[in-house]
Amino acid sequence: MSKNVEILVKRQDSPKAPSYWVEFSVPYEEGMNVISLLQGIRRDPKDKSGKSVTPVTWESSCLEEVCGACTMVINGKVRQACTALVDQLEQPIKLEPMSKFPVERDLRVNRQRIFDNLKKVNAWVEVDGYHDLGPGPRQNPDDQTTTYKYSECMSCGCCMEVCPQFTKDNDFIGAAVLGQARLFNMHPTGEMQMPKRLDKVTDKGGIQDCGLAQQCVKACPKHIPLVEAIGQLQRDITVNKVFGALKK
Amino acid sequence: MSEKRVLIVGGGLAGLAAAMKACELGLEVDIFSMVHVKRSHSVCAQGGINGAVNTKGEGDSPYIHFVDTIKGGDFLADQPPVLSMCEAAPSVINMMDRLGVTFNRTPEGLLDFRRFGGTLHHRTAFAGASTGQQLLYSLDEQVRRWEAEGKVRKFENWEFTRLILDKDGRAVGLVAQDLTTMEFKSFPGLAVVLATGGPGLMFGKTTNSTINFGSATSAAYKQGVWYGNPEMVQIHPTGIPGSDKLRLISESARGEGGRVWVPRKAGDKRAWNEIPPAERYYFLEERYPLYGNLVPRDIASREIALICTKEGLGIGGRQAVYLDLTHQPEEYLLKKLGAILDIYEKFRGVDPKKVPMEIYPAYHYSMGGLYAGYEADSTGRLLKNSPKNQETNIPGVYAIGEADHQYHGANRLGANSLMSCIFAGLVCGESLAALAKNSKTAEAASSLLESECKLEEETYKKLAAQDGPENPFVIHKELGDAMSAYCLIERHNGELKKLQGMVDSFAERLKKASSLDKSNSGNMSAVFLRQLDGMITMSKAVVDAALLRDECRGAHSKPDFDNPAPSKETPIEDPAWTAYYEKFLAQTQTWLKTTVAKYDPKKSHPTIEYQTVDTRHLEPEPRDYTGVGKKAWAKFKEKRQATQAKA
Ligand SMILES: Cc1cc2nc3c(=O)[nH]c(=O)nc-3n(C[C@H](O)[C@H](O)[C@H](O)COP(=O)(O)OP(=O)(O)OC[C@H]3O[C@@H](n4cnc5c(N)ncnc54)[C@H](O)[C@@H]3O)c2cc1C
Repeated sequence: MSKNVEILVKRQDSPKAPSYWVEFSVPYEEGMNVISLLQGIRRDPKDKSGKSVTPVTWESSCLEEVCGACTMVINGKVRQACTALVDQLEQPIKLEPMSKFPVERDLRVNRQRIFDNLKKVNAWVEVDGYHDLGPGPRQNPDDQTTTYKYSECMSCGCCMEVCPQFTKDNDFIGAAVLGQARLFNMHPTGEMQMPKRLDKVTDKGGIQDCGLAQQCVKACPKHIPLVEAIGQLQRDITVNKVFGALKK
Repeated sequence: MSEKRVLIVGGGLAGLAAAMKACELGLEVDIFSMVHVKRSHSVCAQGGINGAVNTKGEGDSPYIHFVDTIKGGDFLADQPPVLSMCEAAPSVINMMDRLGVTFNRTPEGLLDFRRFGGTLHHRTAFAGASTGQQLLYSLDEQVRRWEAEGKVRKFENWEFTRLILDKDGRAVGLVAQDLTTMEFKSFPGLAVVLATGGPGLMFGKTTNSTINFGSATSAAYKQGVWYGNPEMVQIHPTGIPGSDKLRLISESARGEGGRVWVPRKAGDKRAWNEIPPAERYYFLEERYPLYGNLVPRDIASREIALICTKEGLGIGGRQAVYLDLTHQPEEYLLKKLGAILDIYEKFRGVDPKKVPMEIYPAYHYSMGGLYAGYEADSTGRLLKNSPKNQETNIPGVYAIGEADHQYHGANRLGANSLMSCIFAGLVCGESLAALAKNSKTAEAASSLLESECKLEEETYKKLAAQDGPENPFVIHKELGDAMSAYCLIERHNGELKKLQGMVDSFAERLKKASSLDKSNSGNMSAVFLRQLDGMITMSKAVVDAALLRDECRGAHSKPDFDNPAPSKETPIEDPAWTAYYEKFLAQTQTWLKTTVAKYDPKKSHPTIEYQTVDTRHLEPEPRDYTGVGKKAWAKFKEKRQATQAKA
């Protein structure tokens, strides 16, 4: 008899409905990840007892861990489902939606808040226009190595899921967004708007709400130095304040 | 409605570039995307973006880029848009640099460039090994800036399902569905831009993202937008087999010295490191001494597939060959390819810095797409600010990015897609502004908006109520397997006919499929019925067009109609060369044509027609990546001219 993979999925039929657990059992194949389990379920949507159920809803896109879509809580740990290899997981594999964002259906949550917060902190370079203005500023290759790390942030929300300060009903902007503010402060052109950006970072729900629990950096799938970013932002804020006062 | 509002479907590189440019030019934009735009398929691109910035003292130029692109595409691309793209490419890369893309740098602080397939120049700018992600993020940030200013509204997690056309057949809006509440809504706009990416999932497991249904493309096609060169789909030579999707080792792995080999002896059971160098067959290097491992994708894919299937030399008799980087220093590999090698290790559990990777070709990209037109100026370039650029045959409907059919002809060169997406997006932004300036279009009647929305609701309700015995996800798997087996690496008319029958039977089975889910919240199964219907519709266009094109051109390989070049050793006086070139000319005469598939609601298969290709700058010639045919071709042309002069 072929081997099966045992799975437990926390389901929810709609945003307001209560959640419930369903057990599934899917035939094992070599090299499987959690995505292929969910794909297996929808090709034969029955629970472990053989009763027909609706296929599980989840979000996914690239399956290469660069889009952030398929983030969920797997065996208690928040991560991307595409890189969660079955061979490396204890069974039954427990799949839950992220808990810090409103559930839309099953494993799919609404992470709009991350994108709204990116808007709040001016996470962009303010250029004069999209016409030909020649090459950008020269940059030290070492600086590129640093900034590249930050710009790998895929807004997946892992850092927010594990942050004790980030809750469903407060308005803390979270580590990833602070990391992006830091990224644009490092860019030779972005730096010119640093004072404006720092003001936004200290607005309601801003950096002052960080409790320095340092969980974010451990959960980040891209190993972005989020704690360092927050530390540097705080130093920049102080400097900015002093200079601001001196200017007056 | 604001008179300046345009509707852009798709938030990948193409859609976001168009949105940002349109905003700069004073328009307002609604963007629709099935996922948050930051999670669009463009993030997958690893290797880089092409532009002849020529910082390496190699004498590279936009014109050489143009020649490489046209030749790479086997002359099937209209030349004016390609010339304009290659000329704009350096400034597009500079602009992306100014927007903050974390491109790799040289010690002097300039942008670094690497070599990619199909060219002899260092022309590919890259940001680590996630260039697409980095480019997408910079565009996303700019669009967010416009959003903060109130110029952009985003409808993310919405699926476009229908164009709204007025009585004159002009687009005046669209209908889309909220994928959480499952509600439909109509949106009025001056124009609709389809920047919806490639339709890869009709081939099942591919390198494409899980949202690449081509659902927008098929919806527009069914409403009369033409589809150009459907049969031209690209296989990537270096796919990693996977249980959920086929991942990719970027061409940059070959650019950074990766060598492709198999054991010389069929059925060799030894581990890779027990096989001495002399018993390794570096077949690309031996067969193509000039380009070696960096031959264009179609050639590499076919060679890899054939060495496994026809020559039986695959590793352990399987469908796999080695892609070997183990001779390069680990530090160098980490710096240049860190992220992509990570992918391999993450998904296969083996470190490619220490052990050669195992790879096999995978469906990757569609050169074909919605038919996008252009207007040329007197020099044979795109006429600046013409509202015709990127417009389809339906007025007010534009197509850009992988979703359009321009720029790549019969085969795309690596790292040319990202450029074509951003370039077409910027051009489209200008087209939209020009359209808005001269537009006398009245606002869409609210009754029309309402009735079109109702129509979509009704269609969806019927789908959601479908309750047959078939599982649509199973049908999809079978569709993908069939398309990959009979319509990908090599095509044979007998098999294609069989495939036509199979696709028809999938269409029949779809009618008996169940929606599996009757709920009105985040229902991914009911919408999948619609998406699968779209994939089946587009498969018919691909298969029918492939069946009709009796030749080999670019990615379209039909061995029964091949015109192989004489071997490298054949002296140029040999009549074999003349025969080869005569046949080439005849084939060009018959087949150097753009395929145009038109949906016919009265028939179950499309009408296929052909259009001449605009080759005003560069005369078609046989592709030659061995370096030998050049002299023979020159001699043949000389002779032909002489005879023509006599006559
Ligand atoms: C693994 C991989 C590596 C690659 N590497 C390179 C490379 O190195 N260099 C290179 O040049 N090219 C590369 N390519 C190709 C390149 O990435 C793509 O061709 C390009 O990113 C496509 O961009 P796009 O803007 O056209 O569409 P996409 O990025 O695919 O975006 C499509 C958008 O349309 C939306 N959409 C689709 N349908 C609907 C609908 N019905 N309703 C609403 N929204 C819809 C999606 O949500 C998405 O926002 C690679 C491709 C792959 C798969």
